[in-house]
Amino acid sequence: MYEFDWSSIPGALPFLWTGMKVTLEITATAIVFGIVWGTLLAAMRLSPFRVLSWCSAAYVNLFRSIPLLMVLLWFFLIVPQVLEHVFGLAPGSDVRMTSAMAGFALFEAAYYSEIIRAGIQSVPKGQVAAAYALGIGYGQAMWLVVLPQAFRNMVPLLLTQAIILFQDTSLVYVSALADFFGAAYKVGDRDGRIVELLLFAGAVYFVICYSASLLVKYFRRKVSA
Amino acid sequence: MAYAWHWEVFLQLAASGDTTYLGWMLAGFETTIGLSLASWTMALVLGSLAGVARTLPGRLWPGLGTAYVELFRNVPLLVQLFGWYFVLPELLPPSLGNAYKQMNPFLQQFLAAFICLGFFTSARVAEQVRSGIQSLPKGQKNAALALGFTLPQTYRYVLLPMAYRLILPPLTSEFLNIFKNSCVASTIGLLELTAQGRQLVDYTAQPYESFIAVTLFYLLINVVVMTAMRRLESRVRVPGYLGGK
Repeated sequence: MYEFDWSSIPGALPFLWTGMKVTLEITATAIVFGIVWGTLLAAMRLSPFRVLSWCSAAYVNLFRSIPLLMVLLWFFLIVPQVLEHVFGLAPGSDVRMTSAMAGFALFEAAYYSEIIRAGIQSVPKGQVAAAYALGIGYGQAMWLVVLPQAFRNMVPLLLTQAIILFQDTSLVYVSALADFFGAAYKVGDRDGRIVELLLFAGAVYFVICYSASLLVKYFRRKVSA
Repeated sequence: MAYAWHWEVFLQLAASGDTTYLGWMLAGFETTIGLSLASWTMALVLGSLAGVARTLPGRLWPGLGTAYVELFRNVPLLVQLFGWYFVLPELLPPSLGNAYKQMNPFLQQFLAAFICLGFFTSARVAEQVRSGIQSLPKGQKNAALALGFTLPQTYRYVLLPMAYRLILPPLTSEFLNIFKNSCVASTIGLLELTAQGRQLVDYTAQPYESFIAVTLFYLLINVVVMTAMRRLESRVRVPGYLGGK
């Protein structure tokens, strides 16, 4: 039988925490930029201008039909070259973190925009009509009347997407960027304790995501109440 | 940025000597399709069982079903894959573990990815099946039981046939996801589509062409699956329900 040896974990905790901070940083940036860009995409999709709504639809469908891993590989390939070109960075400077953040933000925006679009459409039409009747313009009606109600309905779905995103950040493994999972794997590889470290990483992810999903359930009950 | 495009690279003889680089891509494409379809079958069976378990009376079966779903939904796919590939063989009895490690590497990787995607997706399928069953009016189950159907018969002849028709649209998106998720198998070295694309970059130094080709293959899968499922959906749609006629 396999003999477990957990002794390499306590010493590695600071390193694992550094990894967790990378994970959280990527997750947070992607959530913020994903929601902002996603809201814009949703507004474009629902706007009366054909060109805008077509562009937004093409963007969303493209990103939703290719795997996240593929998107990340694209970004690890292209972003460094673009940055070198635009800012005159020295070739080979470490921009993996920027690439990862850009990749996740642009990818998640496609998913967020679908959630937000459904949220906006869930607001009764009468609300917009009433706003217009009061003499409020399109922009203000959106900002002051529709979006606040839409976001209230969307909170559970947005949070669920955030949990998925948090789990998906482990895919930066392909760039050898040491996020939490990458750090755990490195420690396990170094000490020949892959089994323990992977089980530990799995347990940590489970505890965080499960607690977050309980929070989502709580919000869901609050919204529907 | 001057980039020298060389699309003809796909027609060159690959380093393996027996086929072109396009041949490599197609081999990867086949692996992606094979892996996804195999895992999907497993996910449908296990997911249906777990989903039904969550709707059964009593506490034991729903509890087990919930634990199953939560376990596979709250651990990242990559961690699960590494778990099946690196951890499980160590924890198995030595004879089994060694038998696994002595298998052909492709089979090892395929098996780990297949089991991983199967379990991972089954948890999501289970959620759909459960919500499908729960969205049916309570009267359907009670009526079936009152007519003398046993509980298994009620599920087999009354609840499940309706539930599956109702959940077809969300199942379609899970089906699309399994193709996309299958690319994670490239991290353990399985030569599926994405891995072939990366290998092509190493061999030909034409990153854009090979990544564009891989992306197009995924788009192709997406379009084909969507079109096929739309047809199926319009055939099995339940009249009178949301989205029905």
